[in-house]
Amino acid sequence: MAEKMELQEVEVWDGNYAAAQALRQAQVDVVAAYPITPSTPIVETYGAFVANGYVDGEFVMVESEHAAMSGCVGAAAAGGRVATATSSQGFMLMIEVLYQASGMRLPIVLNVVNRAIASPLNVRGDHGDMYAGRDSGWVQLDAFNAQEAYDLNLCAFKIGEDINVRLPVMVHQDGFVTSHTAQNIHPLSDDEAYAFIGDYKPVDEMLDFSKPVTYGAQTEEDWHYEHKAKQHRALMDSYVVIDRVFDEFEKKTGRRYKRLETYMMEDAEVAILALGSTVETSILAAKQLREEEGIKAGIIAPRTFRPFPFEELREVLSGLKCVAVLDRSCPMGAMGALYNETCGALATIPADQRPLVTNFIYGLGGRDFSVEEAKRIMREQKGHADVGYITTPIQQFSGLRGPKLGFFESKRS
Amino acid sequence: MKGVLATDKRGVRELGAEDLVGWDEVTQGVVLNSFDLEVENPAFSRPEERPYSDFNSYTATVASWRVIKPVYNRDICIDCQNCWVWCPDTSIISRDKQMLGIDYDHCKGCGVCVEVCPTNPKSLLMFAEAEDQEAALAKWPEKKKKEKK
Repeated sequence: MAEKMELQEVEVWDGNYAAAQALRQAQVDVVAAYPITPSTPIVETYGAFVANGYVDGEFVMVESEHAAMSGCVGAAAAGGRVATATSSQGFMLMIEVLYQASGMRLPIVLNVVNRAIASPLNVRGDHGDMYAGRDSGWVQLDAFNAQEAYDLNLCAFKIGEDINVRLPVMVHQDGFVTSHTAQNIHPLSDDEAYAFIGDYKPVDEMLDFSKPVTYGAQTEEDWHYEHKAKQHRALMDSYVVIDRVFDEFEKKTGRRYKRLETYMMEDAEVAILALGSTVETSILAAKQLREEEGIKAGIIAPRTFRPFPFEELREVLSGLKCVAVLDRSCPMGAMGALYNETCGALATIPADQRPLVTNFIYGLGGRDFSVEEAKRIMREQKGHADVGYITTPIQQFSGLRGPKLGFFESKRS
Repeated sequence: MKGVLATDKRGVRELGAEDLVGWDEVTQGVVLNSFDLEVENPAFSRPEERPYSDFNSYTATVASWRVIKPVYNRDICIDCQNCWVWCPDTSIISRDKQMLGIDYDHCKGCGVCVEVCPTNPKSLLMFAEAEDQEAALAKWPEKKKKEKK
């Protein structure tokens, strides 16, 4: 039996340590990892927990991230509770296997500490890796601070392992800003946390020798399509389980999570829609704008990047005057992905209820996104709202040095 | 011997179970069962005794992939089991260390068995797929004499 760890009511943990503690409390059987900045401390700390007898698990050091996720797939197919962590280049190397994991319906938990993608090489936070995973068939939960990184890891096992979901889950947090910033964390005790997640009940485990199974079968044109459709439906329908897990988590901790988080949206005229640590920056900016300038600003933040909260989003945007959608990943030749998702949802409501929608690319490679910049963006949206059309380019680059960069103008006739 | 070489389920269909199972029965994660029933210690039972399902390649034939085939000559074989050890498709059928023949449903005609056969002449030789078994045996070469040095 693993030794229990005595935790204080309030601990001072950074996002990485918080995630590692959650993996320990979930009593993860196997972590196969190839550590990479800024996610390294997650698997390093799990390894220390194993070595010191706090987890009855295996830490497997492998030769690459491709091998790390492959090891996770093997261990999960064998019937274990499995997790790992990665960032950036490591995530990119894992991608091929991410699709295998979701296609085989293996509930692995992957902590992605978001970091920019080379070239040029950069270890700081942006959402390039998170966006690269958005078609991979994983549930993607986004933590905006260290407490949420801990909470969402506990929820991730419960969501992914649910018999009606059976899909792998990513928990995202921003590199350095969240992963390396120590905050006050309210953890559950080991017993409470484990009781919340529950025992893992594997399905079709390969180590059941009385019932040998084949994983990774080949299916050509007569099966592949139906299988992918079935998998897509499982991910689309997973919102039911996600909502239930969030409800149970609130009952246990008092901390409420929603698939689409909203702040001050009840009477908002303008809003910022963003992911990650930017959400908290923007909330602070919106509060100041309301007090100082009387601008009714609000914040919208998808907690689940996948499944995308399509209905909740068009609901909250309906009747709003102007929204700036912030993408922290360079779309390279298109509008930002979050902008496109938002416009897709808005296209399905009556035209007179649709807000103006602008797109900001920002914070690439860890470029700071300040409260002042968030306020400037919301003031600008207020300006659009007052005249009734977008007065700037629709896509702009926020916080970029040199001449302003923007694309496309509103068509007004 | 005949019972082992021609079991009920080996190679009874072409590869792929898609005709046997409908698209709407796709399993979660396309995880396929090897057996129709639960089994105890399948490693200790012989293939012909196992309840292979339609998803196991045991019940499928890939004979059509082959253009040349090995033919086995019982008269020369010394039952050394070299071919059984080296065959990459477990297509050499052997029981109690006695070579019985070739599983032509799964043999791909790679020729490894011929390569590793130590007898003189070889107890296994490659022939065209269409060659008749008896005709092949009738063409078997004579023992080669050692060359004098």
